[in-house]
Amino acid sequence: MLRIMCFLLAVFASGISSADVSAVYGFDTRSEEQRYQNLIAELRCPKCQNQNIADSNSPISKDMRNAVYQMMQEGASNDKIVESLVGRFGEFVKYKPDLDSRTFVLWATPAIAVLGGLLVVVGVVVRSRRAGTAAPALSADEQARIEKMLAEKDRNGKA
Amino acid sequence: MKRFLLFLPLLVAIVVGAFLFAGIGKDPTKLDSALVGKPVPVFGLKSLKQPEATLDEGLFQGEVTLLNVWGTWCPACRDEHADLMWLAQERKVPIIGLNYKDSRDEALVWLDRLGDPYRTVIYDPKGTLGFDLGVYGAPETFVIDASGVVRYRHVGVVNREVWEQILLPVISKARENG
Repeated sequence: MLRIMCFLLAVFASGISSADVSAVYGFDTRSEEQRYQNLIAELRCPKCQNQNIADSNSPISKDMRNAVYQMMQEGASNDKIVESLVGRFGEFVKYKPDLDSRTFVLWATPAIAVLGGLLVVVGVVVRSRRAGTAAPALSADEQARIEKMLAEKDRNGKA
Repeated sequence: MKRFLLFLPLLVAIVVGAFLFAGIGKDPTKLDSALVGKPVPVFGLKSLKQPEATLDEGLFQGEVTLLNVWGTWCPACRDEHADLMWLAQERKVPIIGLNYKDSRDEALVWLDRLGDPYRTVIYDPKGTLGFDLGVYGAPETFVIDASGVVRYRHVGVVNREVWEQILLPVISKARENG
């Protein structure tokens, strides 16, 4: 047991120390560097699933950043770089999946939600308008009664 | 109409409930391999056991094999090792190892101590073939058919249950088609 614990500790420790040494890449221009940053922000780490490869310290993310950098140095376009990683790790690594029959609902949900919300707002507004014009809050009789009651209350208050 | 609106929350709850229920028990960390249906990537790497020999994708031609990605740094690989031995010895399954981001010396000591279930082991210290295969965490086990095409990828430990329920059916099917 102790031996296993030591082994695990060693594994974790080595993981931590190697994660700290992140590779520093050189770029010729600011725009190239920005392109690299955009790419690694849009690619998702397959191991630590809710991080992009820019944030993740996992070895696989490091390899993927490396591959992105290498492909950029070889003059590959963004599409080509993303495609090559999708070819290895699957559609999963894209934070922005292509629009097709599978992802249609995913892409359409925000529009559907906004549309639904607008419909509700319109419905509420129309209904309250209609209610406002059709039936005034108080009839003339009621208004007279209220004024009488208020006047009575005032008199009682003073007395 | 008013009556119907009263039931709307219930309806929404049922739809959302059904959607969420469908997700129960699915392991989001297990991804389908992008390589299923594609040939094993082109590679040229040294053999672990014969350092002078170079191996390439032709290794997978001829029969259905398991490709097991492992490393001595990977505790789960230690877990599955006994079951791999069982597969190789009792079930006569041809297993090819991919020693992933490891050191040759440590890997050889491991095989010496724990037994060697592998027909051949590809030595991939930099993880290049692993990367091309889309390996994101060892252990991973691929089923490769007789013409070198990836049929299935299992992420995680292989044990007898995984073998019976997942790998064996895939292998049987690959053998029939091949």
